[in-house]
Amino acid sequence: MTFRFKGKPPSRRQFLAGAAASTAGAISAGAARGEGDPLITEPQYWAQGFGDPVDEAPYGLPIEFESDVIRRNVDWLTADTISSVNFTPIHALDGTITPQGCAFERHHSGAIELSKPDYRLMINGLVDTPLVFSYNDLERFPRENHVYFCECAANSGMEWAGAQLNGAQFTHGMIHNMEYTGVPLKTLLQEAGLDAAGDLSDKWVYVEGADASSNGRSIPMEKALEDCLVAFKANGEALRKEHGYPVRLVVPGWEGNMWVKWLRRVKVTDGPVESREETSKYTDTMADGTSRKWTWVMDAKSVVTSPSPQSPITHGKGPLVISGLAWSGRGAITRVDVTKDGGKTWQTARLAKPGEKRALTRFYLDTEWDGEEMLLQSRAMDDTGYVQPTKDQLREVRGLNSVYHNNGIQTWLINSDGKAENVEVS
Amino acid sequence: MSKSRNRVLSAALIASCFAGPALAESFGLGRPATPDEIAAWDLDVSPDGTGLPEGEGDVWTGEELFEQHCAVCHGDFAEGVDNWPKLAGGFNTLDRQDPVKTVGSYWPYLSTAWDYINRSMPFGNAQTLTADEVYAMVAYILYSNGLVDDDFVLSRDNFLDVEMPNADGFFVDDRPETEYGIFTGEPCMENCKENVEITMHARILDVTPDEGGE
Repeated sequence: MTFRFKGKPPSRRQFLAGAAASTAGAISAGAARGEGDPLITEPQYWAQGFGDPVDEAPYGLPIEFESDVIRRNVDWLTADTISSVNFTPIHALDGTITPQGCAFERHHSGAIELSKPDYRLMINGLVDTPLVFSYNDLERFPRENHVYFCECAANSGMEWAGAQLNGAQFTHGMIHNMEYTGVPLKTLLQEAGLDAAGDLSDKWVYVEGADASSNGRSIPMEKALEDCLVAFKANGEALRKEHGYPVRLVVPGWEGNMWVKWLRRVKVTDGPVESREETSKYTDTMADGTSRKWTWVMDAKSVVTSPSPQSPITHGKGPLVISGLAWSGRGAITRVDVTKDGGKTWQTARLAKPGEKRALTRFYLDTEWDGEEMLLQSRAMDDTGYVQPTKDQLREVRGLNSVYHNNGIQTWLINSDGKAENVEVS
Repeated sequence: MSKSRNRVLSAALIASCFAGPALAESFGLGRPATPDEIAAWDLDVSPDGTGLPEGEGDVWTGEELFEQHCAVCHGDFAEGVDNWPKLAGGFNTLDRQDPVKTVGSYWPYLSTAWDYINRSMPFGNAQTLTADEVYAMVAYILYSNGLVDDDFVLSRDNFLDVEMPNADGFFVDDRPETEYGIFTGEPCMENCKENVEITMHARILDVTPDEGGE
């Protein structure tokens, strides 16, 4: 006879409690006993009955044991969740590809519902023929696949004045890394014709979204033609609503605000529009009160994702995998160094794969923990020769009021219990 | 308005973007946009006033509209409520800790305010204002910042006459000149510091969100 479990199976915690009780002598009915781990010596329900049939979840979510691996926001950061941000749980992920379902969100007027039949993309301005594309039109152009990170310029922005938030998710989680499928923006611009624009070296494109914020940004033509992608798939499937379904712009290596979601218009212009998002926001104020503008590229950066405050060491001394992420908007990561003593001595970490241009790189330091306190840091280098600076080095140039583009070295204090805290060191 | 970029683009690079057979290739996809379609979406306004429609609005009309549509978030005097943006004040704070960045103290171009209000405000009810109403609201924000008198009327004709206090407060990204040289080179691996002191703990501030009983 076969049977299926109905309803929720016992949780792991209940199960371990039961196992402990049985070790103490309360032998469960019908179970074989032997020396050793009851999870091994006793038949388990998952080894006797059936699991879920197919179609139990036509589109699956992670198993319940992973229910804490979710996006989280920081209430006090913004006035309202309609115009706000949340954070990727990078402390709990591995590899480099970010699942869409937990990839950070940033909306300026909420995530809108825009269907493919209702979608239109206009190319106008200094083009030979202003054009309108439907979603289906976009799928008929030759398309490309590329993996790129998308980092909000404000990632780590709360840490400018000092250590604030206890968790890699909160200090570094305004980032995700996906494989995009889409059409090069260059292809669409050429379809509309750029003869009317004349000399392209001083031209720009202005890109805007279909949501109420429009979130318009000006991008130099050089970048528009180099590698910008009009993307409609991420990690093999349609973009999620919160990431701009059905079409978003991908601006590799440049700040996430420029990756306009629900992309509805690309206008060729002879100058920047200087929209709200490129003047009042996403500009970097220096100590003397003047501000940098057009700070588009995301410089090389890294963070140890584990151990970290949300991912403490629970196994005591012995073999320890220190792991983290590194990336550069200017190129590929070539090397990541890790220190356990706050920067006195560094070791070069192992890259899981050679760094890829403008994409996340996973690094590991396979080490032994002696159970003593550690001050963990990582330091990224990219193929331009750039070395990730300390926070103090950045502050020396920029002061404390920059908000954006904080790519300084992060420190985790790991205490002898394996717990971690966000600290700064001299 | 500056139409040139500080970093001069390589003519060769631009040319190379268009070299090869892709240049001539057309897929015949999409359709021409109609003039009305372009007019409906092509609303952006540039610093030189390009894109501004005909119209005008005065400070007092703007005040009424502001109270009705904006004050719930931005305050009656554009001073901001809770975490919502302050639109007025903040002068002489940009070089201090926690600068107050408002339309008056920070925004370099008035066109940005007109453009943003026209396309994206009021929050949750965007693109419902007439051009005259937008002119009036911008006039009121200027008045709230002490930049115009109470009898001021803003229009397309005098738009560029308004001087924005922080117009010269911005410079183009200079990281290549000011940072990349310093942050390059073979980094130290051994004996990099004599002592390491912890200078700050996040738990002192304790602003991390609760993770729900973990």
